[in-house]
Amino acid sequence: MHVSLGQVAATLALVAVAVGVSLWQHADLERDIAVATVRSLVQLTAIGYVIKGIFASDSLLFVAVLLAAMVTFGALTARRRAARVPGAFWPLLAALAFAAATTLGLVVALGVFKANARYLVPVGGMVIGNAMTAAAVALNRLGDEVVDSAAAIEARLALGATSAQAIRPVIRRSLRSGMIPLIDSTKTTGLIFFPGTMVGMLLAGAAPIDAVRLQLILLYTLLGSVSLGALTAVLLAYRNFFTAAHQLRELPA
Amino acid sequence: MLFELDGVVASRGERVVLAGLDGAIAEGATCIVGPSGAGKSTLLRLLNRLADPDAGAISYRGRDLQVLDVLQLRREVALVPQLPALVEGSVADNVRYGALLAGRDADVGRLLRLAGLGESFAERTAARLSVGEQQRVMLARALALEPSVLLLDEPTSALDHETTLAVEATLTELRGELEISLVFVTHDLLQPRRLGDRVLALRDGRLVAEGAARP
Repeated sequence: MHVSLGQVAATLALVAVAVGVSLWQHADLERDIAVATVRSLVQLTAIGYVIKGIFASDSLLFVAVLLAAMVTFGALTARRRAARVPGAFWPLLAALAFAAATTLGLVVALGVFKANARYLVPVGGMVIGNAMTAAAVALNRLGDEVVDSAAAIEARLALGATSAQAIRPVIRRSLRSGMIPLIDSTKTTGLIFFPGTMVGMLLAGAAPIDAVRLQLILLYTLLGSVSLGALTAVLLAYRNFFTAAHQLRELPA
Repeated sequence: MLFELDGVVASRGERVVLAGLDGAIAEGATCIVGPSGAGKSTLLRLLNRLADPDAGAISYRGRDLQVLDVLQLRREVALVPQLPALVEGSVADNVRYGALLAGRDADVGRLLRLAGLGESFAERTAARLSVGEQQRVMLARALALEPSVLLLDEPTSALDHETTLAVEATLTELRGELEISLVFVTHDLLQPRRLGDRVLALRDGRLVAEGAARP
């Protein structure tokens, strides 16, 4: 399937609708819409050419470099959402790298996808993106919860609990926050919304059942990556709230 | 000596709360008094190492706090915080919490009686109790650690006069029954007379007076 620039340009009409709504209702979003439109055009076009080059070379080294860059940018982006967690970057980086490596390794080992650029790049991007969102949500909750339940955590420490024991309920709730959105959207998929891969395949002319099966594969893969991403991020990040002597560090106000 | 403090400096955020505190806390019942912000609660937190001083040293029965196993210390020197902070579940879950972490079960009925609550409280949901009852659950929970020192941060501040006297009676009985040393912080200037052997008065992070609680 070939998509012309003209077709892309035509959809700017819908962007104009968004700008119109914003102007009419004084939502003050015109600038943001313009920035979003330009950024998406530039970023996606750039990554399109990068992916084109990687597909052409079919070099696993280039695939690894691209995925590593995605992991790094993902960790930097997620860190902003986890502002209340001290030193969140390294736990996030480790979490995204671990989630991506494990998930991609498993789907290749199980023979679901071949170990080449055409599969690893798009699937890797989805895996990292979803793991990033889940890890960011989980750490965001972790930061808020530690502040809100500082007294309860200290009460447990005072009763001889280790840091890990004292924060266990908070870890559980943070992990749930990170995982529930994808679980919920997996539950309602096909009923309330059509996920992107399926839509893309149908538009590209694939048979509906193939589109559905590939979508299922991706959804199940994402469940794995999201759980690993959120879990790793939370288990590594909570340590930054404590000293080696099982003391809750003083929290910034 | 139960605790000895040597030039203890501690801060919270930017504020210096203890400014070179020297002093000693003897075995028995010691009451720490002083205006808000004098550093009373901070001192309690240092005694079981929920926090460490920025400078200076604290010893417990002749040994530097820093060399003791911190989890063991917190079981031996148990802190009852000022505000109720209960774990989810029943009263019995709360009373058992610290004991189970230490690898043993607790005699919930006996501990509840010691803390002045009936055994019937064991299966009640902790979060639904009154503040006074929660305070007693916190006391029972600390006693389950079989501590040799109890640190109490304003144990009766949230209670009415009648309940205050009942908790004080409980604490007096505990001292007789369990040979526990008490270090407690209070705003109530008459409480040291009723409960304490000695009084330490803090102001602006320094010890300004000490003496016998009763003339």
